[in-house]
Amino acid sequence: MDASSQNLTVKNHDIHPCWSCKGPANDTDLFCETCHAIQPPGHADHFARLGVEKIFDVDVDSLEKTYFELQHHLHPDRFANKTAKEKSLSQQQAVSLNEAFEVLKNPLLRADYLLQVSGVAGISHDHTVNDPVLLMEAMETREALMEADSIDVVNKVNDKARRDVRDCVKLIAGAFCEMNLDEARKLALRLKYLTKLLEETRHHKARLVMGSS
Amino acid sequence: MTETVLLQIHEPGETPIPHAEDASLAIGIDLGTTNSVVAVSQDAKPEVLRDEAGTALVPSVVAYAPDGSAIVGQLAKQLLLMRPETVISSVKRLMGRGLKDVKTISGTLPFEVVEGEGMVRVKISGRELTPVEISADILRALKERSEEQLKQKIEKAVITVPAYFDDAARTATKDAARLAGLEVLRLVNEPTAAALAYGLDKDAEGLYAVYDLGGGTFDISLLRMEKGVFQVKTTGGDAALGGDDFDHAILEHFLTERRAKYGKENLTSDDVKVALVTGRMAKECMTENDEGDFVLEFNNKISSHKITREKFDEIAAPLVERTIEICRNVLEDADLFPDEVKGVVLVGGSTRVPLVRKRVGEFFEQTPLSDINPDEVVSVGAALQAEALTVGSDNLLLDVTPLSLGIETMGGIIEKVIQRNTPLPVAKAQEFTTFQDGQSAMAIHVLQGEREMVDQNRSLARFELRGIPPMTAGAARIRVTFSVDADGLLTVGAEEVTTGVSQEVAVKPSYGLSDDEMASMLRDSMVHAKDDMEIRLLTEARVEAKRVMEAVFSALHIDSKLLDEDERAHINVILNKLDEAISGDDRHVINSMVDDLDRATQTFAQRRMDKGMEDALSGIAIQKLENAIDA
Repeated sequence: MDASSQNLTVKNHDIHPCWSCKGPANDTDLFCETCHAIQPPGHADHFARLGVEKIFDVDVDSLEKTYFELQHHLHPDRFANKTAKEKSLSQQQAVSLNEAFEVLKNPLLRADYLLQVSGVAGISHDHTVNDPVLLMEAMETREALMEADSIDVVNKVNDKARRDVRDCVKLIAGAFCEMNLDEARKLALRLKYLTKLLEETRHHKARLVMGSS
Repeated sequence: MTETVLLQIHEPGETPIPHAEDASLAIGIDLGTTNSVVAVSQDAKPEVLRDEAGTALVPSVVAYAPDGSAIVGQLAKQLLLMRPETVISSVKRLMGRGLKDVKTISGTLPFEVVEGEGMVRVKISGRELTPVEISADILRALKERSEEQLKQKIEKAVITVPAYFDDAARTATKDAARLAGLEVLRLVNEPTAAALAYGLDKDAEGLYAVYDLGGGTFDISLLRMEKGVFQVKTTGGDAALGGDDFDHAILEHFLTERRAKYGKENLTSDDVKVALVTGRMAKECMTENDEGDFVLEFNNKISSHKITREKFDEIAAPLVERTIEICRNVLEDADLFPDEVKGVVLVGGSTRVPLVRKRVGEFFEQTPLSDINPDEVVSVGAALQAEALTVGSDNLLLDVTPLSLGIETMGGIIEKVIQRNTPLPVAKAQEFTTFQDGQSAMAIHVLQGEREMVDQNRSLARFELRGIPPMTAGAARIRVTFSVDADGLLTVGAEEVTTGVSQEVAVKPSYGLSDDEMASMLRDSMVHAKDDMEIRLLTEARVEAKRVMEAVFSALHIDSKLLDEDERAHINVILNKLDEAISGDDRHVINSMVDDLDRATQTFAQRRMDKGMEDALSGIAIQKLENAIDA
């Protein structure tokens, strides 16, 4: 309830009649305060939907707890006995919730999304990298992978790739913290590349551990 | 009908018992390739339904008598040897499949099929039937059996499907249930149902793999279980790999031996049906024994065949390795290694094959868990979910879509719209434009699968968007939304974005039944189809009316001071009338009372909105005041 009372700076159009009891309902309400009917998902951003601040540095574990808690109330399984309208709204709510969680739990998607809601172009359509240092690193990693024929060696490459990703995520958090969106964007592109490299090392390791496919 | 469930009436103002009319029992059905099992759960205590002999497994075998009536189960299975032309088994393998998907034995199909496009049709006892109708006969028999045992009418069920079933097979399953007069509360993936039953029974927590090798399908799902949440991480499988394939492989081996003795013979579908029973016996024999002797007899010639452990393992190995390969991919998708999996649950009768247990143990580096009945656990999970959906539950099942969903683009390439392993429900929108001036229609081809090219994936449907407003080429922006619901079923909606005109979406399923076919089957199958429809509409009207009443009660509870005495009395009169209407059985009266109530509360609703606005504005004023004080 605290969150909604903070939300009193609402403009008039944020209040609309609840589809079920026709009384006043807030755009951000999941359920009508009067009749408890499920409401449409509205246009909340992913952060608001999961009740976290609009920052990059989110705690994924607590985010997941909130996600489960919300699904407990919104998932279509909870509405199997209800009217068609309520079923459909629950599906819409669960879809929006799934989408929000899928984006926010993943540092790369989260960075991309935060850039977009901050008014900067996202990175999802950037397929080329023109950072020579990054390209060089990538080449070295791939070479190391090609030569890695034992678990130990792959583990080392893999550990480095993981460290690189972790470090990059930290730097992104810092950039967002200082509101340096250009830097955040540059780092996000780097993360995109590092994530891909990490995937490649994981696949390579998987082939070594579980046999070739 | 042995028992009538009466609608519970509550006094206006009292909290009603939620949806008392829906509290009738719902069953859980594991509709298997080889056997089916029904379970029911009451007060969170699931119980598998058994016959007098204590058997839970009902063979998914149907025999058709000359008058067209269906015999399902053990008796049909016995008839298979005597009258193979009247009997069909393993029909699940044909659900939502085309002719070219059906596997042959030495070039002969184990069914007599009808040539044609779309979902395959089989000839049986001189009739042409779709797999949907045959499955409906199995479901109808299971429903009747349950009604006898539970001594009440059963109209709702949770039905399990292989996690790797595509949209066509899922739709076919749901259609079959409709023909059988069952409302499907939810299609639940078999490994997910098994995990629910296993997890609740053993208080399992952590990351588990469910390896489910059934009669005709294979699934592997990785799930995270924790208190109250069963979350599927990734899933994979092969909807055409199961115990049947072991039978087929053994039979092929026997037939090769036989050809060495008698030369090439022409086999009929009936020969193959009967011979497959021998293949199956040989497989089952190898669970307990290290060797066995079998005979094949057709064309008045007998051949005898020996199978040893070594030979059987050699025959089974390629099939088992295929499942291990899929396990490997699923772990990779989940970004996990075998030692990160806490336990491996074995489900499905085919996990009794010793080589399966051995290889699964080796791959996951641990002894698989087999402290459950692999034949019954899926039905138990289905029953628990059926109870959860009717009565309620604290458990949450979160599943994913097994296959990527895409659309055909230029050059026969697929553009993926929804990736596999995306949590359900999901909806994704894609925008298209016209390439000709004034173009008013557009064709979209939807496919399911992981490959790059259209012809390597499964065609689900072709959609035609019509009624696009006339515009210059490239100006129209048609947003097509693909939604996959909690059952894993796809729906498509379309809208022209600049004008807001919604498009008509005409669906032509590639391997499904059209709406017309379905309608005519429903007419044929249900003598009382009209009554059933009427009952459904009445139930819907009651549910809606109760929702409206509850909403008005809630509003009155909070805001009744916005009404004067006369106004309150007037609303009360109509509420009482509606309450009366709900207990009657004329849905038109109910619906018109709902309209009356709506009209009678319009002023009330307006006043409540005005008050809401005022409250919000004064809230802003207070906020401003507080800010002013703070500053």
